[in-house]
Amino acid sequence: MSRARHAVAAGAFLAFFLGPFAWQALTSLWPEAELGRAFPTALTLRSYADVLAARDFGRAILNSVVVAGASTALALAVGAPAAFAVAKLEFRGRRLLLGTALAVAMFPPIATVSPLYVTLRALGLLDRLAGLVLPDATFALPLTLWLLTTTFRAIPDEIYRAAQADGCTPFQAFRLVLLPLAAPGLATAAILVFIFSWNELLFALTFLATPSRRTVPVAIALFSGEHLEPWGEIAAASILATLPLVVLTLAFQRRIVSGLTAGAVKG
Amino acid sequence: MTSRAAEDARTAWRLVAPAAVLLGGVALYPVAAGFVMGLERVVLVFHEHRFVGLANYRALLADDRFLAALARTAYFSAVAVGAELLLALPLALVLDRAVRGRGLLRAAVLIPWAIPTAVSAKLWAWLLEPGFGLVARLWPGTPVNWLGAPAPALHAAILLDVWKTTPFVALVLLAGLQNISADVYAAAAVDGASRWRTFRAITLPLLRPAILLALLFRSLDAFRVFDAVYVLTAGGPANATETLSVYAYKTLVRAGDFGYGAAISVATFACVALLSGVLLAVLARGAEDAA
Repeated sequence: MSRARHAVAAGAFLAFFLGPFAWQALTSLWPEAELGRAFPTALTLRSYADVLAARDFGRAILNSVVVAGASTALALAVGAPAAFAVAKLEFRGRRLLLGTALAVAMFPPIATVSPLYVTLRALGLLDRLAGLVLPDATFALPLTLWLLTTTFRAIPDEIYRAAQADGCTPFQAFRLVLLPLAAPGLATAAILVFIFSWNELLFALTFLATPSRRTVPVAIALFSGEHLEPWGEIAAASILATLPLVVLTLAFQRRIVSGLTAGAVKG
Repeated sequence: MTSRAAEDARTAWRLVAPAAVLLGGVALYPVAAGFVMGLERVVLVFHEHRFVGLANYRALLADDRFLAALARTAYFSAVAVGAELLLALPLALVLDRAVRGRGLLRAAVLIPWAIPTAVSAKLWAWLLEPGFGLVARLWPGTPVNWLGAPAPALHAAILLDVWKTTPFVALVLLAGLQNISADVYAAAAVDGASRWRTFRAITLPLLRPAILLALLFRSLDAFRVFDAVYVLTAGGPANATETLSVYAYKTLVRAGDFGYGAAISVATFACVALLSGVLLAVLARGAEDAA
């Protein structure tokens, strides 16, 4: 590709991927009453105020922070020890665990919805944020296990053996020596799991009934006005819901890319 | 040594146990329970719960709405994943060659991937809004109600999927591109190969594993599509954009017919399993060829 054609292609891709987002940002500042005009006469933060005050969208953001944060913590707390065991310890059932994780990654979430609904109801966790954390963390586990197993495998066996020679039990070696060394992998997994839980719709839509417990994707999916779609408010809510992710993406772009493509590199 | 091996195994089991419990209890058990539920008639509001054998599956085969959703999901997946690969390849080449602004470009294309699908669906619904949406403003001909007619609505959902996931495909292909050794290109240059010939004879074949992997990930995701369609069109107009997951969701949650909904979910699962089996076999054969 010549330099000029390259620049044109890059510009076209940027326009396609960022253009719609820019339009949404402009809409969020566009006075709702003027949406029929070609251009707004002035820009306003009114839609943001409406979304936060009248629609209590701040609550949805808070719910999402709680659910995504707790799911991330649970997935890592459960996934890191398991990944260490798979990477560094000899035991029967290692392949079974990885095989199960792979199968779970292929499950259509819809196939688990009704039995989970019945189970959560029996446990009294239906319509609770805590009830959402279990499925969110579980369905993020395959990716967590995959990323962290790769991370622990990359740490030389000599380090693990040296820790044992110094008198560490396998668990102490994991907690005191290998876990700190795995910090970059843990960070990558945490970012990806957080983004996946933040974006999860199906479980949140099915298991949460009370409007004040809605997460961001549910609140946005069920956003509607009495007569017309409130596009300005939807746009403002979209920008608020997306901003944390844009910041995360820009800050951790390298980690996200390496985490997402970890499987592809080996081919 | 044996005692250490035994201790290792004991520790390993303790470390793995929580993950195994979660995977078993929150993923495997519900799927198994779903298989059983597919053989039952379960309507919670009527307290109805009885075994009906294969009746739900027999009903599926005669259910035009199910068969249409199945065909539509296959069409959605094929067109969306095909378009994503076709767009992602040039995008990956651009990302690979860009020197200045490379980080910016990469972060920028990640944004559609990072935002919630529910948000991007509303975003596209507004872009395609027939009165004042951006597309209507720029459209030269007579106004089109994109989401109000069956074929345009389905293709709008495909466009949304393409917009949202092409970046992911491009990143997988980019990782593949960066795995190709510079020596191979240097050798091609020595041999006087043209750019097009280099691309055809070297880049594409060496990129095959990455392409197949992206194809596997994306096909599985596309076949399970729920968020994009549910938020963009809710399966409408008149069920014309309903995919398998959306039909199953409506049957389960809106109609409360858990048995029949479970049967639709199991059928979806079977399709996904079949698809992944075929793609994994192709992938494995590709790996053997390469070795």
